[in-house]
Amino acid sequence: MIEVKELTKSYGPTLAVNQVSFEARAGEVVGFIGPNGAGKTTTMRILTCYLTADSGSASVAGFDVQEHPIDVRKNVGYLPESAPLYVDMGVVDYLKFMTEIREIPKPERKQRINSVIDICGLSSVVQKDIGELSKGYRQRVGLAQSLIHDPPILILDEPTSGLDPSQTIEIRNLIKEIGQEKLVLFSTHILPEVAATCSRILMINQGKIVANGTLQELIGQVRSDDTIHVAIRGAEEEIRAKLNEIEGVTDIRHVATENGVVSYEITTSQGIDNPTEVFFLAAVDNNWQMAELRHESVDLEQVFLNFTTGQVEDTAPTAEIETLVEDLSSPEETDTQTEEAATGITVAEEE
Amino acid sequence: MRNINAIFKKEFRSYFNSPIAYIFMTVFLGISSWLFFRTFFITAQAEMRGLFGLMPWIFLFFIPAVTMKLWAEEKKIGTAEILMTLPIRDYEVVLGKFLASFGLLAVTALFSLCIPISVAIVGDPDGGTIICGYLGLLLMGAAYLSIGLFASTLTENQIVGFILGICACFLLLIIGEEIVLFSTPNWLYPIFSYLGLGTHYSSILRGVIDSRDIIYYLTIIGFFLYLSTLSVESRKWR
Repeated sequence: MIEVKELTKSYGPTLAVNQVSFEARAGEVVGFIGPNGAGKTTTMRILTCYLTADSGSASVAGFDVQEHPIDVRKNVGYLPESAPLYVDMGVVDYLKFMTEIREIPKPERKQRINSVIDICGLSSVVQKDIGELSKGYRQRVGLAQSLIHDPPILILDEPTSGLDPSQTIEIRNLIKEIGQEKLVLFSTHILPEVAATCSRILMINQGKIVANGTLQELIGQVRSDDTIHVAIRGAEEEIRAKLNEIEGVTDIRHVATENGVVSYEITTSQGIDNPTEVFFLAAVDNNWQMAELRHESVDLEQVFLNFTTGQVEDTAPTAEIETLVEDLSSPEETDTQTEEAATGITVAEEE
Repeated sequence: MRNINAIFKKEFRSYFNSPIAYIFMTVFLGISSWLFFRTFFITAQAEMRGLFGLMPWIFLFFIPAVTMKLWAEEKKIGTAEILMTLPIRDYEVVLGKFLASFGLLAVTALFSLCIPISVAIVGDPDGGTIICGYLGLLLMGAAYLSIGLFASTLTENQIVGFILGICACFLLLIIGEEIVLFSTPNWLYPIFSYLGLGTHYSSILRGVIDSRDIIYYLTIIGFFLYLSTLSVESRKWR
């Protein structure tokens, strides 16, 4: 559906996209992530024939972007960053205008408009002018516009930026749903979003694709030692000695002591299958009061940092993000990903 | 064609959805009527030549105001990115926008018919020259519009587009004026005189419709619409 080969584009002396190649098929939701200014938007603009690449080739829906831009555009629904819309037009007028340009036959127009209004949850604002709408609703109108001709390929540039958490989740679910039959390529710099919606991840940095694969594959590539957080009540020396005896433990760091409960960060070598269980059993055997037991696996942020900066995990920004997220999420919360998105923390902002 | 029509409808409606069309028409008609009736009752001549003669100068400020937003605004708020990624060719957008601005001009001209009608009520004007005057007015106005449209593609700031439009029209207008022609070298004289935006207009005003005058305006319009299309396309490789 989308085939990109060695695409290069520069603005004056700055190389925005550098030899980018990738492929994507129908039924995939491809997350395009990277720091600000990495070349995401430029790549998308080339794919939608808004810009022309300096070299390389790209074909979308079987049409070359240089040779057949009109055919490419017919098959693509595109939502640019920050959903630019005509503020003096009414919502329905705008969608009508789109059906005309998209050459949807007259008898079907009404039904198409109603269907996108329904999908994007716009029924409460149909009477209004776009200028009166809030950011979230504008984003939805932008999305409705991109869906109106039921395109086989959807290209969305930061579709969830500026939305509140519930809207974000709605849009993500929508993307997932659409992605079951079609190809959705969307960019974001909110990492958990990618984990939550994408079937494949394209990581881009300084104009180059640095990683391409499923989340599991990418995590596999930066697989490293496990880190376990435990908090146990009791004398530190004694417990530390016992912990050291456990097989596979390579390092124990003292994190904090609070009301007699000592927190440790333990590094275990890769061989251990179920590290939490091992420590739980140890606690039972020794009759320890355990206040916390948490297995920290490699997550997307670490993968991201690993690929974009060459830094390994446990760098300062990651740590900060995690503590922030921990503060915000409830203790039972297992899926912290949505919470992270809600706080809007992005690696790009940390940099 | 369908695409041009869709763009035309959208732009034309947007003029009337915003205050632009109403302000433009009211002020334009107000000023023209004032300039006309100011001397009409004194000279007591049932003709509009004086008013038609002023039009190149009135258009100079009014026409770029109509076209300034057509591209500048699209670029500024980013709607150009959606528009130019729709299955529509750049020239179709340019043409649709041009026709919409021409539509506004035509509607205004229609309203201004109240002037010749009132003249006809109190006197007996020469219908032929008035019809010629209107034809010339629309042709010249369309040429101004195409220049203004081009100026608007060059910037994302409406005010800059407005001023650029005035400058371009002004330049093209004065090269055909006698006072400029006096000081131009002999070999440039015919070229300047031919290219001047007002030269052909005044010959149409005399009541003679010459195909050369019409061809001149159509060429100017075509040329600037072509330049606009190039300018819009230039985003791709900049």
